[in-house]
Amino acid sequence: MSIESLLRDYTLQIVALGSAVLGAISGILGSFAVLRKQSLLGDAVSHSALPGIAFVFLITGIKNTEMLLLGALASGLLGTFLIVIINRYSRIKFDSALGLILSFFFGLGLVLITYIQKLPNANQAGLEDFIFGQASTLLKRDVYIMIVLGCVILLMVVLFWKEFKLYSFDMQYGVSIGFSAKKINIILSSITVIAIIIGLQSVGVILMSALLISPGVAARQWTDKLSVMVILAAVFGIISGVIGTVISSLVSNMPTGPVIVVVISLIVIFSLLFASKRGILWQYIKRRRNSRHINESRLLINLYELALNHEDIYHPHETKMIEPTSTDKTIKNIEKTLLILRQQGYIKQDYFGTWAITDIGIQRAKRIEKYGGDCL
Amino acid sequence: MQKYLIEVEDMTVAYQEKPVLWDIDLKIPKGILMAIVGPNGAGKSTLIKAMLNLIKPISGKVLFNGKSYESQRRYIGYVPQRGSVDWDFPTSVLDVVLMGTYGQIGWIKRPGKKQKEMALNAIKEVGMETFSQRQISQLSGGQQQRVFLARALVQDADIYFMDEPFQGVDAKTEKAIIHILKKLRKRGKTVIVVHHDLQTVKEYFDWVTLLNTRLIKYGNVDEVFTDENLKMTYGSSVRVLSREA
Repeated sequence: MSIESLLRDYTLQIVALGSAVLGAISGILGSFAVLRKQSLLGDAVSHSALPGIAFVFLITGIKNTEMLLLGALASGLLGTFLIVIINRYSRIKFDSALGLILSFFFGLGLVLITYIQKLPNANQAGLEDFIFGQASTLLKRDVYIMIVLGCVILLMVVLFWKEFKLYSFDMQYGVSIGFSAKKINIILSSITVIAIIIGLQSVGVILMSALLISPGVAARQWTDKLSVMVILAAVFGIISGVIGTVISSLVSNMPTGPVIVVVISLIVIFSLLFASKRGILWQYIKRRRNSRHINESRLLINLYELALNHEDIYHPHETKMIEPTSTDKTIKNIEKTLLILRQQGYIKQDYFGTWAITDIGIQRAKRIEKYGGDCL
Repeated sequence: MQKYLIEVEDMTVAYQEKPVLWDIDLKIPKGILMAIVGPNGAGKSTLIKAMLNLIKPISGKVLFNGKSYESQRRYIGYVPQRGSVDWDFPTSVLDVVLMGTYGQIGWIKRPGKKQKEMALNAIKEVGMETFSQRQISQLSGGQQQRVFLARALVQDADIYFMDEPFQGVDAKTEKAIIHILKKLRKRGKTVIVVHHDLQTVKEYFDWVTLLNTRLIKYGNVDEVFTDENLKMTYGSSVRVLSREA
């Protein structure tokens, strides 16, 4: 299929719309999960969902999406509940409990699905799609349900925005001013679980948590404002959801989940490197610029203090005098810095290659001495 | 009989097997500035958290004005330990201080112009007016503490509980905070502070509670804050006051 005809394909449009809704709500709710440092809980819910799907199919023998997802919801919640219980009532730490339950449920799910595939039932094909996700299996009805649930979730986030923010930042204070941590937690957790469950069909149990967490992580790099972060995370979620769906539809037998994860991971990597606020590259440039400023200030001060020893304050000095620790190796860099200072008019270089401070250089040196460095 | 603002009766708290607080009885009058002092693990933070209903005690109760905490919550402000939150959270100083108004606004409704004005006033009161739009990740320890203080001031409470407000702040901030505490007392507020620095107890506070799981002594600083009582609180190895003398 060519891309053009593909984009005009009605079925694909429906599926892409579903993925966009899913990406948006995953990004929004994932932002809160990231900020609450509960990134791994999403993993637990989605992995634990698999045996529920298999179990419902074993009982009913038909592949009804809503029924399967209800099973997923039940076993996802059971898994999460077990993790919380183990963590609270035993000495097993949270991450160990999570690892135990997550792998147990996932393993159980795989065993059940393998067993089902051996059954003489024509219906079972496609159940394994829940492992890696296959957006093209979405029906129009599935997408409608996604849109309705997505709108409900969006409405909840708008309504309880203040409460979610308070809860994510400082729960204990929230309780002290009369908010019930339990209530906020239940609201936020249940809509997050719903988002995970409705993503299982198109993204799959293994990779669903990536679509939940990654948009939030990427968005955090670009902004220091919660509202901007959440909106940006929604946008990243939509982009990766739609691109993932289209690519997986173009290539036969390509599961959707992995493609979505590759796309969102590229967005994360790009954000980590190049984001204007916290990006690694930007921070590196800032650090470089800072140390250059400090070096400039230091050399100017050195020259100023040398000059103070002379009756004539404009008395010139050699490079080596200005930076006594200079070696043959570093002298080039020091001269470079001095040239920058000359360019800015703080010092002059005369015919013999020696340096003298200027009037504005003196002013600046005094200012630096007063405020202790000029890079601030 | 004198009427007390806060009464703690028979309070015992335990996290696991060992009790953290054992049978605490406290009667606190209105309008005092009280320090809670004791060694590490003495249950100082636990005591104020239990009084604030943030931790459920095994036994005992707390009364504010003779009534339950729930009914008096409106008049109580809390300043948690600075280290209890992630300061890398994407939000601004003004936003954090605005949270102090959330309790009065209630569920779902958003803070409006009036709340914003209150928050800005509180920010001014702690001397942070030039920082109101600043990201909280860019604040120094002392500035973080001031933000927390401003958030509690917005509540305009009558009783304040503060968990180690002087922890890791510079001398300038410490002065600023103590200035605010004394101002609060002057307005008739009651302030209860978990405090670590024994050297400054006499200078800053008029009441003190000596705590080491059990309540050792409490009352007027001049009567209670003695070498002998401190030895009972910290064990004989500590000679805090003799150095001062």
